Amino acid sequence: MDNSYDAIMARKNEIIKNAVGMDFDKFEKPGIGFDYEAMMEATGYTIDEIRRVQSMFSIGNTPLIELKNLTELARKCAPEGKGARIFIKDEASNPSGSFKARRACTSVYQAKKLGYKGVVTATSGNYGAAVACCAAMAGLKCIVVQECYDSHGVGQPEIIEKARKCEALGAEVVQLTVGPELFSTVLQLLEETGYFNASLYTPFGIAGVETLGYEIAEQFRAKVGKDPDVVVCTNAGGGNLTGTARGLRKAGCSAKVIAASVNLSGLHMASDSQFNKKSFTTGHTGFGVPYSVNPDHSDVPRSAARPLRYMDRYVTVTQGSVFYITECLASLEGLEKGPAGNTSLAAAFRLAQDLDRDQCIVVQETEYTGAGKHINPQLSFARQNGIDIHFGDPKDEIPGKNIILPAHPSLIQVTDLDLDHMRRSRIKRAVGTHKDELTDEDIRFLVEETNTDEDYVRSVVASL
Amino acid sequence: MAKKGDWVQIHNVVLPPEERSSALPEDTKANPLEMWVKGYLTEDAEIGEVAEVVTRTGRHAKGEVVKVNPYFEHNFGFFVPEVLEIGNTVRKITFGGED
Ligand SMILES: Cc1ncc(COP(=O)(O)O)c(C=O)c1O
Repeated sequence: MDNSYDAIMARKNEIIKNAVGMDFDKFEKPGIGFDYEAMMEATGYTIDEIRRVQSMFSIGNTPLIELKNLTELARKCAPEGKGARIFIKDEASNPSGSFKARRACTSVYQAKKLGYKGVVTATSGNYGAAVACCAAMAGLKCIVVQECYDSHGVGQPEIIEKARKCEALGAEVVQLTVGPELFSTVLQLLEETGYFNASLYTPFGIAGVETLGYEIAEQFRAKVGKDPDVVVCTNAGGGNLTGTARGLRKAGCSAKVIAASVNLSGLHMASDSQFNKKSFTTGHTGFGVPYSVNPDHSDVPRSAARPLRYMDRYVTVTQGSVFYITECLASLEGLEKGPAGNTSLAAAFRLAQDLDRDQCIVVQETEYTGAGKHINPQLSFARQNGIDIHFGDPKDEIPGKNIILPAHPSLIQVTDLDLDHMRRSRIKRAVGTHKDELTDEDIRFLVEETNTDEDYVRSVVASL
Repeated sequence: MAKKGDWVQIHNVVLPPEERSSALPEDTKANPLEMWVKGYLTEDAEIGEVAEVVTRTGRHAKGEVVKVNPYFEHNFGFFVPEVLEIGNTVRKITFGGED
């Protein structure tokens, strides 16, 4: 068989079809769209069934913790009478240490049910550990493919820790240098092994995250007696937000959904020399923005993660602010967690200061921490890589050059991304090179994709 | 010298620079796409020699032997004084009565 890059990529659709056990073509519509809800339903599982499967894997029902001291600190920084109560969903207490266990579980269960002998997944993050963990429980083999090293063989400490954890859970870890051609290695492994593609972006994965949103609504109502006002989600590839928001909707929850990413603007994600200049490997704008605007460039033909459909607002925070709030969580709440998952916490800390004291904000996850994946080694690694770290005003932070730790917690800010601009880009992307006049069905698809209305879409389309 | 049955790490070049994707930034494109895998050696081999391994999932893979008994060295990094200072500051503001 020809295993050159071009030859493998040419076999892509066939390989993916065999490796997901789902024919994505059947959801395509004549024009530019596809039937997203039909694709989500094609998993064949209701949310109750997914909860039952997850409980078989001891996943879910994580604690919802009120952060009273951190709320107190936010109130000291807020105007008189302001400062919403901040809660956090302790997803680190899932097996494998993050919400990704929910996402992996449904894929692994499906793979087992369909008779696959193993699973392959492409991820440098928590998801690899989650797939390895669920595969261990299901008695399946597991291969995790990571982008891990720069051309000098220097690895991101956080990613190396993930390799260790995957190996500890019985997986084979394939490590690569920087570059998006990783996808062709994944395809080749899928073809070679005949394993299931436990992609981050299939309907199985995203349906697995819906239980997180559903639990938040249930637990919050039981604890506080109403719906939260705001739920903040750390956003990268968009599955976390999409699944959570869908779960909230299924529970009839009225909370606004706000996306939060670490600002890494100016750094190129496929750049070898910048790879180790960033201190975050997920939850950042380098994934968050492109995946929102163009969700369908993942490892499946249509991604089930479509965050622009669900976010009411999208804010960024600085790397220094996230490290700072991670230390606050340890020092004030006794909760030592990984930094990347605290992106939404840094945003919530600031967002709470605009809300009234009787309002409530939920940070929907934490992640585990350990060697390499912790504020101290990550700051230490940054310093070794020539990043200037000092106390100051986070607004002066330049990704890849410095990390500014807020001189005072009141300096933590959020910056709004322009959702209107992102929605326009989404429409432009979706229309692409399509020549025919858009049908009503096309327009409806774009309305759903951008969470807007027909007038908005028609005016954007007219301006293209 | 590594023995048959030893747990080793092997290295491969997946794509030489000239075969890499055209969409890459220059600094990435100037380098090959490299890959590392671990497994049990199927025959004795010298470090630097191309050899075959059987991986954790039972795959057979070939590559240059780079390490015998590979292990993890990542840790909690050097002392970062700022981390203590953050803790001290926010405890004082929250519990210590600063306005
Ligand atoms: C702890 C944690 N939070 C948030 C995210 C972001 O999730 P998504 O890529 O689905 O947006 C990730 C994924 O990498 C993660 O590991």
